[in-house]
Amino acid sequence: MKKIINNPDNVVEEMLNGMTASQPQYLKRLKGFDVIVRANKKTDKVALVSGGGSGHEPAHAGYVGRGMLDAAVAGPVFTSPTPDQIYEAVKEVNTGKGVLLIIKNYSGDVMNFEMAAEMAAADGIEVEKVVTNDDVAVENSTWTIGRRGIAGTVLVHKIAGAKAETGAALADVKKAAEKVIANVRSMGMALSPCTVPAAGKPSFTLPDNQMEIGIGIHGEPGTHREAIRSADEIAQQLVDKILAENIYNSGDEVAVIINGLGATPLMELYILSHKVQAILKEKGLKMVKTYVGNYMTSLEMAGCSVTLLKLDDELKELLLAPADTPALVQF
Amino acid sequence: MTVKDAIKEVGQAVIKDKVFLTDLDQAIGDGDHGINMARGFESVLPKIAALADDNDVAAALKAVGMGLISSVGGAAGPLYGTAFLRAAGACKGKTAIDAATAKAMLDAAIKGIQDRGKAQQGEKTMLDALIPASDAFADGIKAGKNAVECLGDAVQAAEKGVEYTKKISATKGRASYLGERSIGHQDPGATSSTIMLTALYKYLKQER
Ligand SMILES: Nc1ncnc2c1ncn2[C@@H]1O[C@H](COP(=O)(O)OP(=O)(O)OP(=O)(O)O)[C@@H](O)[C@H]1O
Ligand SMILES: [Mg+2]
Repeated sequence: MKKIINNPDNVVEEMLNGMTASQPQYLKRLKGFDVIVRANKKTDKVALVSGGGSGHEPAHAGYVGRGMLDAAVAGPVFTSPTPDQIYEAVKEVNTGKGVLLIIKNYSGDVMNFEMAAEMAAADGIEVEKVVTNDDVAVENSTWTIGRRGIAGTVLVHKIAGAKAETGAALADVKKAAEKVIANVRSMGMALSPCTVPAAGKPSFTLPDNQMEIGIGIHGEPGTHREAIRSADEIAQQLVDKILAENIYNSGDEVAVIINGLGATPLMELYILSHKVQAILKEKGLKMVKTYVGNYMTSLEMAGCSVTLLKLDDELKELLLAPADTPALVQF
Repeated sequence: MTVKDAIKEVGQAVIKDKVFLTDLDQAIGDGDHGINMARGFESVLPKIAALADDNDVAAALKAVGMGLISSVGGAAGPLYGTAFLRAAGACKGKTAIDAATAKAMLDAAIKGIQDRGKAQQGEKTMLDALIPASDAFADGIKAGKNAVECLGDAVQAAEKGVEYTKKISATKGRASYLGERSIGHQDPGATSSTIMLTALYKYLKQER
């Protein structure tokens, strides 16, 4: 294991302190907890809380700020945070208008956030939750716990965050988040595994000439592996899988994320994006906005995911609304 | 024989197998089960050591449950945490546990895991060790065995359950994303459950 760390057992603690030290204008840490909240708490709006295992940076603390999240709860690397941490975050950001929990669909995350929601509800705090599940790699959801939440979650933060900023009620913020979830799909692949610091060795091995298709964001193996191909072919493969969902029609406006998993250079993401744009254009889709970069990572895994969100007028307006956070600034 | 020592043995057994459990989880999950469980018991054991020596089983198990919930995370934290809390609920006021109470505790724990995780037997989870263990325990009671003997049978059944998890594919938890590729690997949670039951059995047997 070769990493820029001091002690594998302290990575989350030191990262959180590094975040607040580097971004004091945006972020502050809730004393005694692995919770990052906005430096300037905005009152009188629905509060958004997300979080999950660490190792997906900038998710989720990087999206704490105006127009997106109010708090992010950081679990250990790739492990959901515990209910008491989430509960503290909810109590801290609640302004009386209610709190929306944005949870990625993993059994651990769902159970821990649900326990926190029960604790907060017992205090009389109005809490709602949405569960993101954009990963189309997981096919037969009757035989699994359903699809995983991956990079599409960032668009839920963006759009629900913008909706909350308008002063909308909790039910309406939740509805906007659910609309995003219903219309967003992602598909990923990896070229190399990653190493959880506390584990000290890579999560799987992949021969030089192979790629793993249908990867998640926790170093878990994908749905299958095959011989590595060109960027254009990879783009085609990922987009085909998304389009096979049959929710995108010619003439639709879409938002796109070309997401890096951590170790893939922007150069490669742009090469991929070039082909993705061409394929989508040929399908008659109109790209309203494309984000290219590391939005939802898996430590130092090499690889990418493509995310497609179908927009309507409301989603488009909220997508394009301003956001000011460490990882996403938009005017 | 004290509940504090029993918990210490169980916790230390889990901590000792941290790497083994993590390796199992790396094969079919996200490689954190051993790390999660070890972190949990490392935080729980000092709290247990600090409890009064009144052998209040329910109070000790409640402390384990609360401690695991606030330190393990992942799927295992809420599941095992709920299991210990429910087991505590089934032995309120007791300072000694007979076979019938032990069986009630085991069943309350299983029910808690199912309420929280909505899984059934056969989905490649900890339940595939715990439910057979509970069935074997019940058979032991019917055959007139004492609590420790019943627990011995339960451990054997749990071990068989772990073997069985190699033959099936996961439909709950992170391993479910692998589909058929999870076949051939034993479930980390079923394994950690068996490690805990085994440690408890060894402790009780040696204390007799
Ligand atoms: N719904 C469930 N019911 C019962 N047991 C479950 C369930 N989901 C997972 N498990 C058990 O949990 C074990 C995995 O625990 P672990 O601590 O690795 O959590 P995790 O799934 O990795 O959580 P996270 O996704 O947040 O990291 C599995 O081996 C399985 O036995
Ligand atoms: Mg795991």
